[in-house]
Amino acid sequence: MAEIHRTGRAASPGLAIGPVTMLTSGVARRTTVGSPPAETAALQAAIAAATAEIAGMIAIAQGEVADILEFQVALLEDDALAEAAYTAISTGTAADQAWCAALDAEIAGYRAAEDEYFRARAADLIDIRDRVLAHLGGGSAAADIPGDSIVAGEDITPSAFLAADWSRGGGIALAAGSPSSHVAMLARARGAPMVVGLGPLAWQDRPPALALVDGDAGTVIFDPEPETRRLFEHRMAAAHVARAAADAGSFEPAVTADGRRIAILLNIAAPEELAAIDPAICDGIGLVRTEFLFEASHGLPDEDIQYGVYRRILEWAQGRPVTIRTLDAGGDKPIRGLTVDGESNPFLGVRGIRLSLARPDVFRVQLRALLRAAVHGSLKVMLPMIAVPSEFDRAAAMLDAEFAALAAQGISCARPPLGIMVEVPAAALRAEDFAAAFYSIGSNDLTQYTMAAARDIGAVADLNDTGDPAVLSLIARTVEAARRRGVEVSLCGDAAADTRLTTALLATGLTALSVAPVAVARLKAAIAGVGA
Amino acid sequence: MPDANASRAAESAVPLTASAVLVNAVGLHARPSVKLTQCAKRFAASIELALAPDGPWTDAKSPVKVMRVKAPQGATLHFRVTGADGEAALAALLALVNDGFGEA
Repeated sequence: MAEIHRTGRAASPGLAIGPVTMLTSGVARRTTVGSPPAETAALQAAIAAATAEIAGMIAIAQGEVADILEFQVALLEDDALAEAAYTAISTGTAADQAWCAALDAEIAGYRAAEDEYFRARAADLIDIRDRVLAHLGGGSAAADIPGDSIVAGEDITPSAFLAADWSRGGGIALAAGSPSSHVAMLARARGAPMVVGLGPLAWQDRPPALALVDGDAGTVIFDPEPETRRLFEHRMAAAHVARAAADAGSFEPAVTADGRRIAILLNIAAPEELAAIDPAICDGIGLVRTEFLFEASHGLPDEDIQYGVYRRILEWAQGRPVTIRTLDAGGDKPIRGLTVDGESNPFLGVRGIRLSLARPDVFRVQLRALLRAAVHGSLKVMLPMIAVPSEFDRAAAMLDAEFAALAAQGISCARPPLGIMVEVPAAALRAEDFAAAFYSIGSNDLTQYTMAAARDIGAVADLNDTGDPAVLSLIARTVEAARRRGVEVSLCGDAAADTRLTTALLATGLTALSVAPVAVARLKAAIAGVGA
Repeated sequence: MPDANASRAAESAVPLTASAVLVNAVGLHARPSVKLTQCAKRFAASIELALAPDGPWTDAKSPVKVMRVKAPQGATLHFRVTGADGEAALAALLALVNDGFGEA
């Protein structure tokens, strides 16, 4: 059988090789069909096994993931879910077909819902359908992803991803999916190579046995020829050696070959990420996303909850600077009950600072929590999606007012430096006009707004290039504005971790880059080669 | 708010009825549905809900069926309860809905 080359889009870097585990219901094809009582018993057993499996996942899950799993268990434990399937089985239909038909009818009902939230629950029903099907087929697709396998399928749910052990290797190859999906973020954090957007993975006779995932190039090779595999394993070995060398150097400061010291900061999406990280590998935290606080709580977190989280992050940093970004909801990050639904173009709508200024009730709570946390370390506060100076001025006035109010009440607090995220081209073009205490260049949005090309639209993904001279020129202009005003500037988008861009980024004069923890060692190694 | 004129029946087979408005952010979605059915299952009484005072009625102890109702935020939930502990069941359900399922 000839090897199959597929090209998609890189979603998480690195190389992986392993046996293919298909995520579709294709694993559950049954060859024999029993009598109606036997089929009924088979379906009952499969539902019970699926329920037990999810219950086991709940035990180690938390927050929103646990809620979704509990919802799935509630549905599985409800006889109404399989009622139609049992009726069909009694008239001679096979258990898997009866179950599929019953669940597909349920899924169609959700997909037809007017409400976006109910439509989105179709994914839960699909999850349930396939999990039970896997048990009917005698196997367990979701829970039994062997740690070193290549998971292939249409898409993968966060719960399925979390159920697998990625510490022993393995990778992900998806027909659909997106580099900005929740799973892609998890994959980058865990260091699991991932390629998305491969197009339909339809196999003529049987699924492939082995696959090579190149999460740097965005390619996957199924059933490689021995020579292809040998070359790939050579590359993996070389990358492994390079990574080991980089890991060894991860506690060393980042210095270019020509002696420039570069500050390496961390991007953090959830405080749990910090648990396993030694703060000595970095010069501080360049970006704490605060959206997680608002997603997990099914509502708006109160001041004390936010204060507690911010304080823990500052204490972890042991005096190193920590930049916390105020809520950046909207765009591709909707938050129920807060963001505006039904905007024709959410990326050009009420998001970031625009939403915070429109909802001062929510924004003030966050500002107060930040002011109180500021006494526990070196805090900096950053405003996202700033386009004009008046937005900064209004936010700064609110911060000052809350600071005065807390101080008047005798509550311990400190007024942190307030800076802006430079991600709207308008802000990059006149960065010197903002009274910001620092600039942080958000290269993801700056690139997509400059190039008018979204990252998650495959057909224009090539245009979405931070290395384009137009984007680099906006970055250089921002760095120059910071130099003239005597304030700090850093870059915290995905481009900071893309070592192909390191030379170009440092050529703009940048001396601080903020990346995901998993990228620190690789970036330091790349910086050491710059200017050599 | 619960209906002021919630009809009261003694300990008969005449159903008790009452209604409350869904005040939580996105209506009777996954978590509220689970909470509502868990609450209903604590009672022996037969408990049904509907979006209109004259039905169609849905078994409030079945999360699958409650989710099929797809009740949006702002909808009025009507309850119909029959059984010995019906009055307590109705009070518990109304409290849960009026409280926004603890997440408003």
